[in-house]
Amino acid sequence: MSAIGHALGAAAAIARRDLRRFVEQRSRLASALVRPLLWLMVFAAGFQNVFGVSIIPPYQTYVTYQVYVLPGLAAMVLLFNGMQSSLSLVYDREMGMMRLVLTAPLPRWWLLFAKLLAGVLLSLVQVYAFLGVAALLDVRLPALGYLTVLPALVLSALMLGAVGLLLSATIRQLENFAGAMNFVIFPMFFLSSALYPLWKIGEAAAAPVYYLCLVNPFTYAVELIRFAAYGELEPLALAVVAGTGLAAFLLARLAYDPQRGLLGRARPGLA
Amino acid sequence: MGDLVSLPRRGALPEASGLSGGAVLEVAAVTRHYGARKALDGVSLQVGAGEMVALLGPNGAGKTTLFRVIEGLIPADGGRATVAGADVAAEPVRALAALGIVFQEATLDPDLSVGENLSYYAALRGVPRKERRAAVADALSRLGLTDRLRSRARELSGGLRRRVELARALIGGPALLLLDEPTDALDPGSRIALRGEIDRLRHLTGCGVLWATHLVEEVGQADRVVILDQGRVVATGAPADVVAASGRGTLTEAFLALTGGAGS
Repeated sequence: MSAIGHALGAAAAIARRDLRRFVEQRSRLASALVRPLLWLMVFAAGFQNVFGVSIIPPYQTYVTYQVYVLPGLAAMVLLFNGMQSSLSLVYDREMGMMRLVLTAPLPRWWLLFAKLLAGVLLSLVQVYAFLGVAALLDVRLPALGYLTVLPALVLSALMLGAVGLLLSATIRQLENFAGAMNFVIFPMFFLSSALYPLWKIGEAAAAPVYYLCLVNPFTYAVELIRFAAYGELEPLALAVVAGTGLAAFLLARLAYDPQRGLLGRARPGLA
Repeated sequence: MGDLVSLPRRGALPEASGLSGGAVLEVAAVTRHYGARKALDGVSLQVGAGEMVALLGPNGAGKTTLFRVIEGLIPADGGRATVAGADVAAEPVRALAALGIVFQEATLDPDLSVGENLSYYAALRGVPRKERRAAVADALSRLGLTDRLRSRARELSGGLRRRVELARALIGGPALLLLDEPTDALDPGSRIALRGEIDRLRHLTGCGVLWATHLVEEVGQADRVVILDQGRVVATGAPADVVAASGRGTLTEAFLALTGGAGS
């Protein structure tokens, strides 16, 4: 078997296993949908009469608040799934399954990338399921937007998955996961343009909050998705998302490198 | 993907691809620290093709640490380990391609069937998709587990799980089997059965076996025994030679004397 065939076959097997586990854990899809739908149906529906969204790019006209938050909620699905993939890595490490993967005769970086790709696949399934239900509730992207948003979703999912991968190398035990997530998911989500336009945050909140939103890579994932959904490319968002994703992946690769990384320095039993 | 290497075609369990007549594992002066504690202190050992070597040591002697170094999961601080001629640190992909591993802890996915677990492993080892079904069937038949193909891993007893893991480790025709206390948590009957299986399989496939254990009675079938204590090799040789050199009557007595009476 060729080396490329081996690498692709292994990546497909990793993705199939993750997909299989996802399908079997029915509550996972349900919670992946319920979370953003609650925001859309309760939070956004309630606040759309309070918040007005002026005409800002990429919108050509006034949009309802529900339409405004739709890309942010799609990014929220990616964020949660990225962290869920990280949890699944920590679980696999505790169960020993990660040792099985890491002792496969393939480069370590490829095995990690395969895990990342599997997470991206699951993210896409969940995002499109969410967008489908939102469309049934009459909150829609432009028709072509469902297609043009795909590359932005993939790139953002890669970035968030890579951040999750990096986190999984730093979390020692499953029990520590929930605590660690509270320091990642909620600040990332709330300190971003997912729920409010940045200019509004700048106007209403203290300057530090605005600047935190500006340096939060999740803000750029949201904007990349928002612009792509309307057929536009936001170059700064693309650069930040791609750059952050690459940096996080390289750091995760280093952390998982037995010769140099965190797991190589670990106490017995961790790797 | 510059550092990917091409693996030999390994579909339906060819015989072991070890260096015929030569060492399939060479560990030379390996040291490893956990903080200030020295877990391995200049450990050296060899396993030849078709040879079974028992790595005997009390709990905490450094057996699992040594296995992790050989598996490339943690680096050695000094010395080197080579598997089938490939340095574990410098050429991990080549070294891992020659290894079949039964880990100390259970590593079957409980939610997958036995067949799915083995097929997953076969894909990771580079068995082509078309050949996976045959490779899995072959591995299971060698352990008499054909009827378990569709059983969920979580439904299996501890002994059966171990046998499935052993079958899995054979996929790809490894030159060296690393068995990290594979009989741990098994009842006496299952232990004896598993020991018999491993002995039969190494004669059948010609692969080398390094078997870590803290149970002296498991050393009986080994060609050689390496006794590890506090990270150091304190005795090595054929079991009878180790007993003779120690001046004791049995291997258990020799083991207890060499390890300060800390044996199981």
